[in-house]
Amino acid sequence: MSNEFEPIIIAFCCNWCSYTGADLAGVSRLQYPPNIRIIRVMCSGMVHPNLVIDALTKGADGVLICGCHHGDCHYLEGNLKAESRADAIGLMLEDFGLEPERFRLEWISASEGPKFAQVMQEMTMAIKQIGPSSFRTF
Amino acid sequence: MVEFTINGQRVQAEKDTVVLEAASAMGIRIPTLCNHKALEPYGGCRLCMVEINAGGRRRVVASCLYPVAEGIEVITDSSRILKIRGHILELLLAREPESPVLKDIAREMGLVQTRFKTNSALKNGKCILCGKCVRVCHEIMGVGAIGFVNRGWRRHVDVPFEIRSEVCMGCGACEKVCPTGAINAAILCDQEIRKIPDEYDMGLRPRSAAYILYPQAIPRKATIDSCNCVHLNTGKCRVCEKFCDAGAINFKQQEEKIDIDVGAIILAQGSDGFKANIRGEYGYGRYRNVITSLELERILSASGPFEGHLQRLSDGKQPKKIAWIQCVGSRDRNKGNPYCSAVCCTYAVKEAIIAKEHAAEPIETTIFYMDMRIYGKRFEEYYNKARDEYGVCFIHSRVAEVREIEESKDLILRYEDENNVKEETFDMVVLSVGLVPTEGSKELAGRLGVELNEYGFCKTSDFTPSATNIHGIYVAGTFKEPRDIPETVMQASSAAAEAGILLAEARGSLVTHKEYPAEIDVKGQEPRIGVFVCRCGINIAGVVDVPGVAKYASSLPGVVCVEEKIYVCSQDSQGLIKEKIREHNLNRVVVASCTPRTHEKLFQDTIREAGLNKYLFEMANIRDQCSWVHQNEPEAATRKAKDLVRMAVAKVRLTESLYPGLLKIKQGGLVIVGGLSGMTAALTLADAGFKVYLVERETELGGVFRRIKYSLDGTNDPQQKLRELVERIRQHENICLYTNTVISSVEGSIGNFISTLSSNGKDETIEHGIIIVANGASELKPTEYLYGQDKRVMTQIELEERMADLTTVTPANAVASMTQLELEERAADSRQLSGVRSVVMIQCVWSRQPDRVYCSRICCQQAVKNALKLKEINPELEVYVLYRDIRTYGFKEAYYQKAREKGVIFIRYSTDNKPIVSLNNGGLSVDVIEPLLDVSLKITPDLLVLSSPIVPDNQEMSKLLRVPLGPSGFLLEAHMKLKPVEFATEGIYLCGLAHRPKTRDESISQAQAAASRAATILSKNELELDPALSFVVDANCDGCAYCVDPCPYKAITMVEYMRDGAVKKTVRVDEAKCKGCGVCMATCPKKGIYVRHFKLEMLSAMVEAALQQN
Repeated sequence: MSNEFEPIIIAFCCNWCSYTGADLAGVSRLQYPPNIRIIRVMCSGMVHPNLVIDALTKGADGVLICGCHHGDCHYLEGNLKAESRADAIGLMLEDFGLEPERFRLEWISASEGPKFAQVMQEMTMAIKQIGPSSFRTF
Repeated sequence: MVEFTINGQRVQAEKDTVVLEAASAMGIRIPTLCNHKALEPYGGCRLCMVEINAGGRRRVVASCLYPVAEGIEVITDSSRILKIRGHILELLLAREPESPVLKDIAREMGLVQTRFKTNSALKNGKCILCGKCVRVCHEIMGVGAIGFVNRGWRRHVDVPFEIRSEVCMGCGACEKVCPTGAINAAILCDQEIRKIPDEYDMGLRPRSAAYILYPQAIPRKATIDSCNCVHLNTGKCRVCEKFCDAGAINFKQQEEKIDIDVGAIILAQGSDGFKANIRGEYGYGRYRNVITSLELERILSASGPFEGHLQRLSDGKQPKKIAWIQCVGSRDRNKGNPYCSAVCCTYAVKEAIIAKEHAAEPIETTIFYMDMRIYGKRFEEYYNKARDEYGVCFIHSRVAEVREIEESKDLILRYEDENNVKEETFDMVVLSVGLVPTEGSKELAGRLGVELNEYGFCKTSDFTPSATNIHGIYVAGTFKEPRDIPETVMQASSAAAEAGILLAEARGSLVTHKEYPAEIDVKGQEPRIGVFVCRCGINIAGVVDVPGVAKYASSLPGVVCVEEKIYVCSQDSQGLIKEKIREHNLNRVVVASCTPRTHEKLFQDTIREAGLNKYLFEMANIRDQCSWVHQNEPEAATRKAKDLVRMAVAKVRLTESLYPGLLKIKQGGLVIVGGLSGMTAALTLADAGFKVYLVERETELGGVFRRIKYSLDGTNDPQQKLRELVERIRQHENICLYTNTVISSVEGSIGNFISTLSSNGKDETIEHGIIIVANGASELKPTEYLYGQDKRVMTQIELEERMADLTTVTPANAVASMTQLELEERAADSRQLSGVRSVVMIQCVWSRQPDRVYCSRICCQQAVKNALKLKEINPELEVYVLYRDIRTYGFKEAYYQKAREKGVIFIRYSTDNKPIVSLNNGGLSVDVIEPLLDVSLKITPDLLVLSSPIVPDNQEMSKLLRVPLGPSGFLLEAHMKLKPVEFATEGIYLCGLAHRPKTRDESISQAQAAASRAATILSKNELELDPALSFVVDANCDGCAYCVDPCPYKAITMVEYMRDGAVKKTVRVDEAKCKGCGVCMATCPKKGIYVRHFKLEMLSAMVEAALQQN
């Protein structure tokens, strides 16, 4: 095995859009880096900011929250709540001395398999560029 | 079974399995070029060499030919083997140094370049002589059109004697199996490969003969296209059988005829797109870059042929300038259909916006139209956005012709604009094709005796919009009339309502309930977890080391049983899961396989059958998220699979048994206000056997419908229908009618509402399970164009009333409630009408402008209807309609055409130059500028009729029921397209003009739809509530109320109670309203509220597990 830095990235995906988009990427055999660990949540608006910060301070190299596009939220506007929290998370990252690239919010619909693969690719590349998290102990 | 070792690992395999297959099943990769599952082993490429030690005798063999045997040792990666493979690869690379397949293998083996020289004289250079093409053609297809020719370095694949073959059937198998793309059947055999067009992608890409209809198909199962399947046509092939590990292929399956006893039939066969080549002048079918709107729809789709990349068909380049031509096949008496297809204007605007969003570089979009018919709810705003924000250009002109520029394949459009013939070049042209009845609909209708209208769509009547002429047969969707998604969804529910009335007695009689054993109480037990790892044939096992994952799973805390199966979803595996639950007293189960979206329910049902609560379960998606998306990285994929299993185990340890709450449903529905929609909804529910409270604020039922005197088609008398409806309501045993009554309060939620009705100072309380809001709306009283200042200026409805009075108002048949004075006034008004020679109608009065953006949808038809009536009363009368776009959508187009034929004059005006109305010597004077001709016209009418919009009055209702309003004050449904009669708050439904302006038949459809949705609740005695909802941890909650406002369902309320002598603040969740989205959980700073089954600690445990190393 090579010694290249392999980041661990956690992606919270909403059940209705993004998780389904991930499934479509699978069904379509779209290849993306194996660094993503998906956690299924019912809505992007369910993800507590502490969960993101905890993940990053426990050594995750990146965290994604993926939800439905505006207007498509299964729960009316949970995604909008996630969006407003994302700003707060961005500010918290600064407090912890974490690079802003380590957290991303993305809208991926159930039919956007290619977009899912592309976002995962981009996120992995971005994290590889900035290197391991300073909180990483392993 | 025989037992042997591969690279020191003990394995078992079926006798006769070859070494290559056995190794690949274990996830050990051996390179090969000539091996193919459907073909006999060949040993052609020699890349799959392995070392065998059989009884002390070591030798090197081709693993694709060598069968496994008891006790043998197989070594796939010794230095000797790697060296041999290296040599072979170098020789192959010398044949074709640029072959991507060979380069990939070389990279994998660490080989930089070949030492051997390439012979430039080689024929068909890309070929590596693996022989797959020759063998597939001979062995599988039984054709043998191609073979190897010559020997040594001259050896190549060709047809015999280099004479182009006639036996080739164009199946394309040779091209499909070729690993290097060396074969070109078109050159070898003079035979184009028969491509089967993918119907779902409008033929823009080919599909196989064994295929899945489209990615979202339900059930998502493959089918064999018997017209194109080689086996079903020639008896050969059968390749799919060899690839289907589940053994699901059945060539003997025959078409079955099944008899079903039903009480009602709903016809919903939809419609087809107009065949664009009929409009030959637009070049569809001749010019590659002229496409239909449906084709563009697929091109723009993420799951379409180009994954959503906007590109031209001629060269794959992104277009820079796209034109849409509207009304292709619609509003066209010569070559198409006379009716308007109702949806094309809106979809063209949508496509123009999406095309702009998908284009990598900025593009110009132009829509050529006759009238922009964008009349749906919030569509006018969308149209404005397209023009003002996205810069979509709209040109009011019918395109005469499209010509192709031969070299560039660009297209020249010729059209008339402001009296000049213009030409403009575009690089893509989209034809907005209309809707036509499906091919089989005429035949089906004939068999059922269902009457069709003159256009071949199902014939219905205004007052029974979903009923056909045959009792018990109903219609939904575009088979009735071209219409958009919200309209079809509403009508589908309306047809279901009609069927529901017919089947009221039989309701529930065919339902069977599944019995489950008593559930085991796992509370307080240490987790005993069973993990079932699926190989999914080779879908998972081909990439992920499944035995390795299983072994790893058994090392995880709490895991007491691990099983590995080829298909965990198979019937026998369900038996195994149940058996293992009993054998090991499992209290949690994890399945590591595919996606919970498709399989969670199956496994949850299985564990329930073994006595476990279905929430004691979790899935790890090691197929869709692992083997399928990391196909070339087996090691990393295996590591990730272990991580995913560890995460699932971490969560399942914390899961708890959850039980659905049961909610008793109070029978009866409240219908708010008795206009046409309210009355229809009440009657629909009552006819289906449910009790209804119908509450009307006025003395009389009917609302604005009381003012409607004529129907557009002139076939029925609305007031007669109204009298019939009122009579039925008054007589109906299931309807309690309250007139002169208002609702002073509504409390509770779905299944359990309590409302207070107030009438003449007296209050009455009623209990009911649902609410239907049919609050109505009214015609706006204009403030411009001298309305209210001059008696000759009136609204469309006022004109309608006067025309009716002309024929009906005499003292003898006067309406009882009318005073003598009113009667005389109205008689005078109608006499005024009888002397009229000229009438001007102005459309879009105080609508479609910045201070009232929406289009009122029905005014154009109302104007056409009144114009026709005026012409009927006095054919000599001059009628001018000043309009912006005439929006007589669907079959109503015929009346617009009829009005033009009768001599009604339609004059366009633009918003920059609105008509000016003035008084001139006591007479009315209207000045208008026709924008196309740019001429100023002066008309001096005797009457001026204003098409005034429908305006809502929902403020109080919105507060009373806590339901939202849209920006124009109309009631806001839960989802514009998919839930057009529901509010986000469950148990409350909406219909009629309070939702948006609509025609009479649309109001009736929607009212029936609302009743139909409401009946889904009322038809049950109890409602099962999903237990995965929010739960308040009172000890942690300090009553800060942060979670109250963000809740999208208003399910959380603040409560206070006394605890230890002090006031304790906390929140309460109404489980009937909560949907478990978890916005509250993520808002709470104190861990005071969580969603069951998605608790913060469960998600944290998964995060932590993800960060551990395996």
